[in-house]
Amino acid sequence: MTDLRKDPFNLIIAGVGGQGNILASQVVAQAALMEDLNATIGETYGVSQRGGSVMSHVRVTAGTPVGPLIPQGQGDLLVGFEPIETLQVAMDFGNPQIRVILNPRPVYPIGVLSGDLAYPPIDRILDLLQKHVADLKTLPATDIAKEAGEIRAMNLVMVGALAATGLLPMKKESYVKAIQDQFRGRTLEINQRAFENGYNADPSERA
Amino acid sequence: MDPLEIDEPGRKVLLMGNEAIARGAIEAGLHFCAAYPGSPSSEIMAALSRVAPHFGHYTEWSTNEKVALEGACGAAYTGLRAMATMKQNGVNVAADILTAMALAGNPGGLVLVVCDDPGGISSTNEVDTRNYARLADVPLLEPSTFQEAKDMVRWAFSLSEELELLCMVRSVTRISHARGVVELGTIEKLERTPVMKPEQRYGSLPPCPNHAEVKAKLRRAGEIFETSPFNRYAGPEEPELLVVTCGTGWWYSTEAIQMLGVADRVGVLKLGTTWPLPERLLKRHLEMASSVLVIEESDPVLEYNLKALLYNEDLQAVAPSRVLGKVTGTVQGVYGPGVGEMNPNVVADAISRALELEAPSLPKSLKSSMQSEIDFELPKREVAFCPGCPHRASYWVMKNVLRLDGRDGLLIGDIGCYTLGFGRTGYYMSRTMHCMGSAIGFCSGMGKLERFGFSQPTIAVVGDSTFFHACLPGLVNARYNSSSFLCVVLDNSATAMTGFQPHPGTGKNALGEEAPKLSIESLCAGMDIPVQVVDPFDVPAATQILYRALQKEELQVVVMRHKCAVLQGREEGLPARRVWVDAEKCVGEQCGCNCFCSAAFGCPALIWDEQKGIAAIDEVICSRCGLCTELCPGDAIRITEEEPRP
Repeated sequence: MTDLRKDPFNLIIAGVGGQGNILASQVVAQAALMEDLNATIGETYGVSQRGGSVMSHVRVTAGTPVGPLIPQGQGDLLVGFEPIETLQVAMDFGNPQIRVILNPRPVYPIGVLSGDLAYPPIDRILDLLQKHVADLKTLPATDIAKEAGEIRAMNLVMVGALAATGLLPMKKESYVKAIQDQFRGRTLEINQRAFENGYNADPSERA
Repeated sequence: MDPLEIDEPGRKVLLMGNEAIARGAIEAGLHFCAAYPGSPSSEIMAALSRVAPHFGHYTEWSTNEKVALEGACGAAYTGLRAMATMKQNGVNVAADILTAMALAGNPGGLVLVVCDDPGGISSTNEVDTRNYARLADVPLLEPSTFQEAKDMVRWAFSLSEELELLCMVRSVTRISHARGVVELGTIEKLERTPVMKPEQRYGSLPPCPNHAEVKAKLRRAGEIFETSPFNRYAGPEEPELLVVTCGTGWWYSTEAIQMLGVADRVGVLKLGTTWPLPERLLKRHLEMASSVLVIEESDPVLEYNLKALLYNEDLQAVAPSRVLGKVTGTVQGVYGPGVGEMNPNVVADAISRALELEAPSLPKSLKSSMQSEIDFELPKREVAFCPGCPHRASYWVMKNVLRLDGRDGLLIGDIGCYTLGFGRTGYYMSRTMHCMGSAIGFCSGMGKLERFGFSQPTIAVVGDSTFFHACLPGLVNARYNSSSFLCVVLDNSATAMTGFQPHPGTGKNALGEEAPKLSIESLCAGMDIPVQVVDPFDVPAATQILYRALQKEELQVVVMRHKCAVLQGREEGLPARRVWVDAEKCVGEQCGCNCFCSAAFGCPALIWDEQKGIAAIDEVICSRCGLCTELCPGDAIRITEEEPRP
């Protein structure tokens, strides 16, 4: 049995529809299962195929599984696929001990594109996060994914970075095996490479 | 290997709640399942169809929920095990047969799985379908975990056969659309020869003796429920507060009690069988507690039923002094009691109130400390038509046509992806949004108001799957009563909103096999309704056809047909081309186009490069449809065809 630093360990993946949030959370949960841990995933997506917010709660436990929703302020690790989504989730589920890994590339809401709303400066978002969370790291995951051969494999780059933090106790091989179980053919090849590149990337303290 | 095919009892696998439901049916030896897609229920049928070739059961996407339930009834009448699955709205469609067939019963196991959506995360309402169990006099099971989702569905089939009565299983979004560990059971292989013998007759008439029979069946169900392992208690022997809960409420209650550190004062009675209620079991637990708190979502159904029970002679003596819940305002989220989802925090608040805890020490989020420092507004993320979505083109055309027409014409909307026409992404064009097919009915009525001086022309906007689901009677009505309006069918060749399921117009069945392809045009022609087809990506032609059709003083149908961009991408991959902004041609805000591509047309892939002050394409999300290249007034967006990837 693998040791958890906290039980349940509460991971949140925050992003928008189409970013592969749910697949990322499944890979993490499958990796946990391979090491005889339990995992519950709560997914909030609604009609998010259409560009809405997506949030996955992944709750890893050594013993009895817990419910699919993390209580307010009880997140342990926040993996952000998009800056404002991450900020919003950090406010609701963050606490001074939470750690954050963020892809700082924005996906603009249509209200911003129409000119009615403004997207806040990324630096301001990072400043706020940095001040309030225990640790903030950023990773240009979209660029890394592009180098891996598929810009949309950003989710697996972020899973790689998450695995490399060692905050969850699963071995790298378990993630790799989970990816192999999940994908086939060219998609598998690209996702493996994306995961590997994310794992080896050195997330910076500040973009 | 597909986890649903694993035949190793005791093996633990990670399953989505809806997959657990599907697995439960498989373990029960399911023969027949019919459904209409709807979040959060669709994945049950998707999972069952995926493994249908392996197990040999029959699955179908029915044209609507009423037909789905009727199909399942038909199979159950021949002695087979059958199931129908749907979202909460679907039960309204199926209610007619549900309330009728229950009166006569069924020999084969018949299970109705309904996935409710508390909070309406992907729905137009948060209707609590548990009310239907009472309305139709059928037993109701409510799983609290993924494991129970599987085990209850499995058990529901034998319960249905024992009672000869449909059994309803009610899931919610946080079970159906969540994932957890499930221990697999044995798979029953039921070899049955379906037959309906001469003495088998199932009629609701005469309702009065039949109704008495179904009430007797329900009393038997109540007896069975007294000892059901799905009902269990955990906590002190004589709790100061007894939480009575069901469904996800159990999870939230357990966590809330732990968060508050009140495990020595509060006990939890979890009920998995919630209609009819197991009276003696409740009596035993109520005797031990002076206060009761009911936790459930979303209507206070259990609370009302429990309170009604307390006036029974048997229970009056043990009635606790307080029964708290939503009716008493003790349980409430941000929108007030009986509205919205439960979660551990809402339940912790309710328990604190019930115990009169002063300032319970719960972990605080960063909200208050961060909010005081935020000197900017967080922009709201509104849902939008996907990049390349044909509906954006259709709404663009309809917006222009109504403006050209100049008679304050109305766009009357409906339910599907095109529902988003109610919001920014559809230029706020749509004026109504309720249930499937309603646009036709509304326009059918509005089209008869000329005699009262009503002069606004109307466009009823429906989708292709909606057309087959609920529009045919409305169109027949409009034609028969000579109502006049323009019906636009936005045909993207899929039930896209719920996950691209096939429908009668797609030429594919639930298993992805070839199926007869029904033509919307032929169906309309059969009703003598003039019908035209146009591709919304051909904006000039579509504008002309729609404008002319709107001028006619009789019912018209225009089918705007273009495949869903996401589906197209899945089937064929992205086209080998690049869509890019010509920096020489795009002059940004000096153009006078008012940022047409990003601000006016509103495709999410058309972004603005702040540094260069010109338009840009977000290559992560662009579907490379190229419509923007035709619409850009400055002719500044280009397509370059590239070599396809080997």
